[in-house]
Amino acid sequence: MSGGTWERSARAALDTVFDPELDEPITDLGFVRSVTVTPDGALTVRLRLPTSFCSPNFAYLMASDAKDALTALPWTRDVVVLLDDHHDSDLINRGLAADAGYRGTFGAEAEKDLEALRLTFRRKAHSAAMERALTLLLRADPDLTEEDLHGVVLGDLPDAAASGALLRRRAALGLGVAPSDPVLVDEEGRRYPPGEIPLRLRFARAVRVSIDGNAHFCRGLLRTRYPQSAADQSPRAEDFATAEQPVPAGELLHLTAPPKGYVS
Amino acid sequence: MYSKDGENYFIVDAHVALWDARPENQLNIHGKQFIDCFYDYHRNLSPESELWPYEEYLYYGGERLMRDLFAEGYVDHAIFQPARLGAFYRNGFGQTEEAFALTRQHPDKLTYNHSWDPRYQQKGLERLRRDAERFQLKGVKLYTAEWKGDSRGYKLDDPWTYRYLEACQELGINNIHIHKGPTIRPLDRDAFDVADVDKAATQFPEMNFVVEHCGLPRLEDFCWVATQEPNVHAGLAVAMPFIHSRPRYFAQIIGELLYWLDEDRIQFSSDYALWTPRWLIERFVDFQIPEDMTEYAPITVAQKKKILGLNAAAMYDIEVPAGLGVAEPAVV
Repeated sequence: MSGGTWERSARAALDTVFDPELDEPITDLGFVRSVTVTPDGALTVRLRLPTSFCSPNFAYLMASDAKDALTALPWTRDVVVLLDDHHDSDLINRGLAADAGYRGTFGAEAEKDLEALRLTFRRKAHSAAMERALTLLLRADPDLTEEDLHGVVLGDLPDAAASGALLRRRAALGLGVAPSDPVLVDEEGRRYPPGEIPLRLRFARAVRVSIDGNAHFCRGLLRTRYPQSAADQSPRAEDFATAEQPVPAGELLHLTAPPKGYVS
Repeated sequence: MYSKDGENYFIVDAHVALWDARPENQLNIHGKQFIDCFYDYHRNLSPESELWPYEEYLYYGGERLMRDLFAEGYVDHAIFQPARLGAFYRNGFGQTEEAFALTRQHPDKLTYNHSWDPRYQQKGLERLRRDAERFQLKGVKLYTAEWKGDSRGYKLDDPWTYRYLEACQELGINNIHIHKGPTIRPLDRDAFDVADVDKAATQFPEMNFVVEHCGLPRLEDFCWVATQEPNVHAGLAVAMPFIHSRPRYFAQIIGELLYWLDEDRIQFSSDYALWTPRWLIERFVDFQIPEDMTEYAPITVAQKKKILGLNAAAMYDIEVPAGLGVAEPAVV
């Protein structure tokens, strides 16, 4: 394999690493700063985040998931993943280098593991995907009421990106994906009582608004912090249903050069 | 006061700061990282005309604060909500003495809230009693991700926090402003989760719990708690400037808050000096929920008046001049 092929292979592996909070691959978000492969196949990946104060637990999850995904490639031998410019960069980078794991990295600050945290955000991602798919359905059919959503099954959903996205989130949670499975369900796949439907849809909407808002804010902050990251970001896939009208070019300040003395 | 289209709005800016983040006050790299993070928020969400140079952003002083808030910013009353950040800054981030001196000079315009940290245990409790008397406290600002020694955060439902809240209640400090941050022990959990606010609000039903930046980045968790706890309020710090950069997202935040809470439990703030109040107030008065967002009702002038000032004025017993209130519905 050549250097270019190695790099493509590494980036494809990084496509499978998600920011659990924003429910997007770290590659699309622009969090991968560089991928370097030496002629003898030693791989170094540098990651960057929107602020120095992004949650250290999420930062660690993404960095360690990245290292796992790269180490699993058949051609890799020495894999180094480095998190840049974070308040816990030294701690996390030491932990990654030593393969110390979450508890080994954070010591007394870690109790058990990050699996419950991961699950919480998989559930949020599912709620948001469910709301996007059902809102699309409600908008397409004016006769359909919110109460009617109780009877809607996966087979009723249109052949749209939002439906595929929902199926992927269901699969990630271990929920059924058969056409006869109900759409509006709780985290265990159970239908809500009909009387609760409007409230549950409403709450799923709040989850969706929150995740979408955070995703846009984090992407914007990354571009402010690292202007060159704009070129690395892909449009957010979830924007199909609820696109924000973009502010005209030049209005947003993500491309202005940082002032003197500012960037460390 | 701000006037537009024949309507007058009494303005309370419920979250302002007088900070010093200059290099000589930075204890370590985290002091720089913290203010740089703020500055990126400022650069990312401000209109170009409202951008500050980095040097001024590090420290702006009382004179500029008075000008930005009261001379140019339409604000009638502002409330200091200081973050101490003693692990990052020598003399703290929020400048206690300077802010308190300013409050004493302008008691009609400024209220000083202080902070406490339950990890100081008994010693801190005694300190709280002295601070309550000296600053005549009505409220406190708590940053749950404050670093202290090996600990990088605490929760509202920790036993020592409850003891401090009990003391606050006894001292008449009933307004608890909570600012969630990224670190908490253990790191296994989501540090932004507001479940601990839920527990504290249930335990202390006569106190007000104002969650700053309305729980963002966990708007949904915040709304779920606030809909069940009538003493939980939303502070609009950080949410406000989205009115410029992402107006549709801002509409969704306001729409969700008005749906899950009500118009009496939402407080405007510029989060000064993250942003200045003038442009935020002007845009908010002009703001309307987009017509295609049929899931949200349009926002009314009366709702805007409450959010911009009347709600915080009621919480802090700030006198509202005659004619600037809203007509209350007649009691049936």
